[in-house]
Amino acid sequence: MTDASFMKTFYNGESLPLDAVPEVKLNDFLQAIIDAADHGWRISALFGEGTGPELTLYAVLSATGDGLIGVMRSRCNGNFPSITPYCPQANLFEREIAEQFGVVPEGHPWFKPLRFHQSFRPGYDAWGRADRSAILPGITDFYRVEGDEIHEVAVGPVHAGVIEPGHFRFQCHGEEVFHLEIVLGYQHRGIESALIGGPKPGTLHRMETIAGDTTIAHTWAHCMILESLAAVHIPAKAEVLRGIGLELERLANHTGDLGAIAGDTGYLPTSSYCGRIRGDFLNMTAVMCGSRFGRGLIRPGGTGFDCSQDQSDELLRRIAAARADLTNAVDLIWATPSVLARLEGTGIVARETAKELALTGPAARACGIAMDVRQNFPYGIYQMSQIPVVTARSGDVYGRTLVRWLEAEKSLEFLEEQLSQLPSGRYATHMKQPAGEKIAVALTEGWRGEVCHVALTDKAGRFSRYKIVDPSFHNWPGLAMALRGQQISDFPLCNKSFNLSYCGFDQ
Amino acid sequence: MLKTILARIHQKHRTMKYPDEPAQLPELFRGYPVLNAEACPAGCRLCADACPFGALSHETKTLSLDMGKCLFCRECELACPHGAISFSRDEKLAARNRGDLIVRSDGERKLTEALEAKMRSLFGRSLKLREVSAGGCNACEADVNVLSTVAWDLGRFGVQFVASPRHADGILVTGPVTENMREALLKTYKAVPAPKIVIASGACAINGGPFIGSPEVHDGVDGLLPVDLYIPGCPPHPFTILDGLLRLLGRIEQRG
Repeated sequence: MTDASFMKTFYNGESLPLDAVPEVKLNDFLQAIIDAADHGWRISALFGEGTGPELTLYAVLSATGDGLIGVMRSRCNGNFPSITPYCPQANLFEREIAEQFGVVPEGHPWFKPLRFHQSFRPGYDAWGRADRSAILPGITDFYRVEGDEIHEVAVGPVHAGVIEPGHFRFQCHGEEVFHLEIVLGYQHRGIESALIGGPKPGTLHRMETIAGDTTIAHTWAHCMILESLAAVHIPAKAEVLRGIGLELERLANHTGDLGAIAGDTGYLPTSSYCGRIRGDFLNMTAVMCGSRFGRGLIRPGGTGFDCSQDQSDELLRRIAAARADLTNAVDLIWATPSVLARLEGTGIVARETAKELALTGPAARACGIAMDVRQNFPYGIYQMSQIPVVTARSGDVYGRTLVRWLEAEKSLEFLEEQLSQLPSGRYATHMKQPAGEKIAVALTEGWRGEVCHVALTDKAGRFSRYKIVDPSFHNWPGLAMALRGQQISDFPLCNKSFNLSYCGFDQ
Repeated sequence: MLKTILARIHQKHRTMKYPDEPAQLPELFRGYPVLNAEACPAGCRLCADACPFGALSHETKTLSLDMGKCLFCRECELACPHGAISFSRDEKLAARNRGDLIVRSDGERKLTEALEAKMRSLFGRSLKLREVSAGGCNACEADVNVLSTVAWDLGRFGVQFVASPRHADGILVTGPVTENMREALLKTYKAVPAPKIVIASGACAINGGPFIGSPEVHDGVDGLLPVDLYIPGCPPHPFTILDGLLRLLGRIEQRG
């Protein structure tokens, strides 16, 4: 473990007085991040805060081994030296700081906008664009491979399927992809900038729609923040119901992905069955709260709905049926050599690369990295009831498929256990006002990986800054790396095996 | 091979009978609002104040709820101690005109009307749509996608989502229309051969949804493109989308 003396450490879901966050000189701050990353710490969040000429940079680092979260900060006047060349996982964070606050990480090797929006500080622009001038999405300096036999394939923002928009550029030599550049920002809705001064009426609904397929994981993280700032403890029943909601969300999405992966190998039986079974899991979430996406289920202070004996019995019945159907559908993958041949060895991400990029969720676990917020930074029900972490070693599409299936099995076991022993009592408690001048950090394990929310409050307990890191923020570069040296026809399959969020990234 | 056949038998035939048989909706589903202004004390604004998105208003003896702004989150229902607002399990929410999405306690309910005769003769038995996600959170997109799975089998109605606007008869838009997707949306619409239709699916596409008023979004499709069908919900249930599409095509007769 690294020298954590620069940082103040605490646990997931806790808050600290802001003045307890050590303020470090800029160079020491940056060096400490590099050192921590070298020793296995991950950057969970790295962001700027401030409206005036001087910025404060905050780093939230997490240490898988002992469940600690470390925070530190540094003042930053103008530009700062980029640490991305020494610490690749800082890449997107530095570009985000540049885009939001108009400062330049000097020496950044890949310095381009992420989301194509105006900076939070009028008059400051990292690319020297005129103040409030139109910023067009996808207009950037694209990486190009030169050569007579090189060709470029550009796709999007509007794709062929019913999916979100993004722009992909492939540098190809024949069928072989030398490089894939992914340009996002089309879904940008201005969530973070609007949170300054919050929470506001409607904030909760925006949290539910940061990434609509990850409603539970994001809303849970947001509620952990509010409850931590208000020093409110939620009833045991609410903790269990949140866990049930989160595992149903994971099951619905993993099931959909297993079907979509099979579909992209041209194997339609599993694709058709999983497409339907995914709906069974969404409908189970609707049994809990009326919404297939868990809208209204997670509320500050607990949950928005109780779960009666009839409901839990109904859920158990449905889970048994869905388990039988899902097992049957997914077994076909393992029994079909032509499907396995397509999955194995396709889209490999090396374990070292996954570590350097700080990939998260199934994408990391498929590379043998045993990291899962539920296990490493336990929160809520996962403090009482552990779900084993599943890994694969191959780092390819097969690995990402296998991890999803094994995780689905573990989630089913968790659901059956929890639903057969629901605690009695209340499902929500009264909320209080958030405390002023605090920092709170909440990590949850969404189905794509680590969801991180960080709140800083002002004297009145309003958010002076609210940072959201969706797992896709870490994982999009992983998809680009998986495509290197692949055939361009492997893209759909590789893409499905990651299934990343555009809006979660773009916010 | 044998295993594949046995699996096929295990998985059964699953396409549902809707619309010949009623929709199977969860007990807690929140559908068409039921408003009872008689329960409202004069000047009471508890529900209107509870709605973060301005979907409710209470004027003299009339309570109205704009389903185009409503996320069906029930904050209003929880805030009302008089029982003036509740949500039924009726999934039929779509409408042809923006104004028809406003439910009034003293008003008449208007379901989706079919397309005009000429458009109906063109699209009634075959409608190809291009989906454009313009800031959608992937919930609307997911529940549009689900219509193409075996349980719903949208193709049996002649409706299909296609890969190119050139192959489409219209577009179905989700999301509040971010500034960064505005141009792509307009270009996609332009690439669809006329005559063409526009469907705004979900609260975001109708009026901005939870992002209403955000400087980065356009509060929905209205004002950018002419909308032929509005489908409320956050996200709309697949039954709500299917009901709207089938009524638009004149495939369900006008009834409650």
